[in-house]
Amino acid sequence: MPDIFSGIGFTPGLQHWLILAAALFAMGVYGVLTRRSAVGVLIAVELLLNSAALTFVVFNRFSRPAAVDGQVMAVFVIAVAAAEVVVAMAIFVALYRVGRTVDLNKLDRLKNDEVER
Amino acid sequence: MSGAVAEFPLALRYAWVVAAIPFVSFAFVGLVLRPLAPRAAGVVATLAIFAAAAMAVAVAIAYYGLYPPGAEHPALVPFAVEWLRYQPGFTIAMGVLVDPISVLLIVVVTSVSALVHLYSLGYMRGDPGFGRFFTFMNLFTFSMLGLVLAPNLLQTYVFWELVGVSSFLLIGYYYERPSAVAASKKAFVVTRFADLGFLLGILLLGYHGFTLFGEVGPAVARDVAGRIAGELQPLDFLYLNDPALLARLAEGGATVGGVGLLTAAMILVFMGAAGKSAMFPLHIWLPDAMEGPTPVSALIHAATMVVAGVYLVARMFPAFAASGDALLVVASVGAFTCLFAAAIGCTQDDIKRVLAFSTLSQLGYMMFALGVAAIDRPAGYTASMFHLFTHAFFKALLFLGAGAVIHAVHSNSIWEMGGLRKRMPVTHLTFLVATLAIAGIWPFAGFFSKDEILAAALHGGHPLVFGVGLLVAALTAFYMFRIYIVTFLGPARHEGAAHAHEAPLVMAVPLVLLALGSIGAGWIPFASFVGLGGEATEHGVELAIAIPATSAGLLGIGLAFLLYSKGAERARSGAAALGAVYRTIKRKFYIDEVYVFLTRRVVFNCVARPIAWFDRHAVDGMVNLSGQTTRWGGRLFGRLHGGKVQAYGVWLVGGTLFLLLILWSAVR
Repeated sequence: MPDIFSGIGFTPGLQHWLILAAALFAMGVYGVLTRRSAVGVLIAVELLLNSAALTFVVFNRFSRPAAVDGQVMAVFVIAVAAAEVVVAMAIFVALYRVGRTVDLNKLDRLKNDEVER
Repeated sequence: MSGAVAEFPLALRYAWVVAAIPFVSFAFVGLVLRPLAPRAAGVVATLAIFAAAAMAVAVAIAYYGLYPPGAEHPALVPFAVEWLRYQPGFTIAMGVLVDPISVLLIVVVTSVSALVHLYSLGYMRGDPGFGRFFTFMNLFTFSMLGLVLAPNLLQTYVFWELVGVSSFLLIGYYYERPSAVAASKKAFVVTRFADLGFLLGILLLGYHGFTLFGEVGPAVARDVAGRIAGELQPLDFLYLNDPALLARLAEGGATVGGVGLLTAAMILVFMGAAGKSAMFPLHIWLPDAMEGPTPVSALIHAATMVVAGVYLVARMFPAFAASGDALLVVASVGAFTCLFAAAIGCTQDDIKRVLAFSTLSQLGYMMFALGVAAIDRPAGYTASMFHLFTHAFFKALLFLGAGAVIHAVHSNSIWEMGGLRKRMPVTHLTFLVATLAIAGIWPFAGFFSKDEILAAALHGGHPLVFGVGLLVAALTAFYMFRIYIVTFLGPARHEGAAHAHEAPLVMAVPLVLLALGSIGAGWIPFASFVGLGGEATEHGVELAIAIPATSAGLLGIGLAFLLYSKGAERARSGAAALGAVYRTIKRKFYIDEVYVFLTRRVVFNCVARPIAWFDRHAVDGMVNLSGQTTRWGGRLFGRLHGGKVQAYGVWLVGGTLFLLLILWSAVR
């Protein structure tokens, strides 16, 4: 396996990768909970997914280097993420057409919109 | 055991058919014919009751074929099916008890009911509720037969309530009339109140009977083996009337409210009987029950249902006799009601009300006859059943005759009748027969039964009761001839009476048949058919009793002719001379007013209002509180549910972290 980290004179171990994944996850959660734009939330969700994918790959690399299970899962996550983005964006476009906004604070019709009686 | 039962004559094994026929007819007439072919409903219902009457006679013949008159007459339970199973050794059966008094009652009930049904075909013709009437009449007949055939207390109670319901339905038959509705409610409430006592009595008796069942039961079961289908059960009359059990109950020394256990239980049972048989002070519903159609009054409120109370006391007679005090209560209440109702009967103007009070009075006779009897002196018991038997005929006849008159005159008041002797000869003659029978004139039926009752009272050591009976005999003759004279003799006092016509044939035939019964029923040697076991002592006519009794009757008749044969002037001056006494009697001793005072003022204000307050504020308050709490809780937590996706997300993440924290601290 080529050592791509030789240039910096430091080979990151399992812990470093997990910290990176956790940081990514925390940023994703923060984004999901705070972004007002639905598109921003979607991007934050991508962060969550990627942090999970990274964890898979890292554990694969460090615990059973001979196997490829974790890498398969990572590819799978990427595929799901792509599909999810398509569906989510389609919903957002539809929402925008109706309400001229994708601000999550304003998208509370299921609860608060005046129901026609 | 069941082998012996299987050898009973066919009619006895299928005695339940007597009650089943009216039930099937009730269902068929009520569900199919009433809506589709109301005119056929009456015919089918009537035919069904005639079939039941034929079956009842077959049962009677079979029973007395098995145990000839004069011999011992044991009670049989030829048919029983398990109905309720509470625990092993305590089941309740629905079945049929055949003994002299139940045979007597099924014959009386079915035959009188059949004749009343026939009469109703004419009386109710053209009535908009024709089909409904016959449906209820069949229901009543079924219930009454189920009641008299019941082999245990619980079945008795079920059918007891069923006759109450049918009576309620039929009193309120003209439901568009507020007075009929009020009368039906009154009858229902008063009898229900009495039935509360009955139920408590059943529970008391059933509980203690069941406790002793393990001890006493096997011996009793050996005694009755071969006579009953199925197992002996703790609520069976055959068990409850057993001397060994009654001795145990009486000696136990347990008391309920200060009186002995057995006495308390029997007085409670008697309370139910007094309600159904309209004994003072629970009599108030019966006069009002005359709001129902006249055939109903004849069948239910004269001949059959109101004797159910007497029948119940007779059915449980050994238990009553084992508690002398309870029997004394029966005798006193009976004698008092007898006199009390006869006095009121002398003053009423509505022909049906006079007959109603007369029924009360005659029921009083039957009650006190039971009250003066004893196990070793069954003359009163026999006399009571005898009077029940003869009374059914002549009282049904009186009511049906009164119905024919009312049908013709369109009024209930005797002062709007008069002179009907010529216009309605058949009704007049049959009414006269019944009047003579109830007045106790030889050779009509009432003479014999009343004679036996009076003899039983005198020989039973109750001279006071005998005196009351004699006095009432005179009063009975007086008030019956009062309405006879005013209704049938003299000039027509009203437009309706002047244009009255004889009843149609279908109404006249039952009148004639009942009149034959009223003449012939007295000649039956009754003591050889109905007794308490042991030697049948045929009583025969005793001149020492018959002469005073007949003189009393003749005295009453003479007085009635004296006062009423020349118009009502003399009677009016007599009433004026009596003044306040007459007014009190005329207003039925203000008993209704007392009841109204007690219920409206005392019960409403002291019991009902506090309970209503408690219900509105405490009970409803609890319910409202739970509702309010839920609503407040909902509002509180509803705030969290604001529709903001990210707020939900915060809760999700926070909750997850919290749970992880707990998990972490637990694992560590």
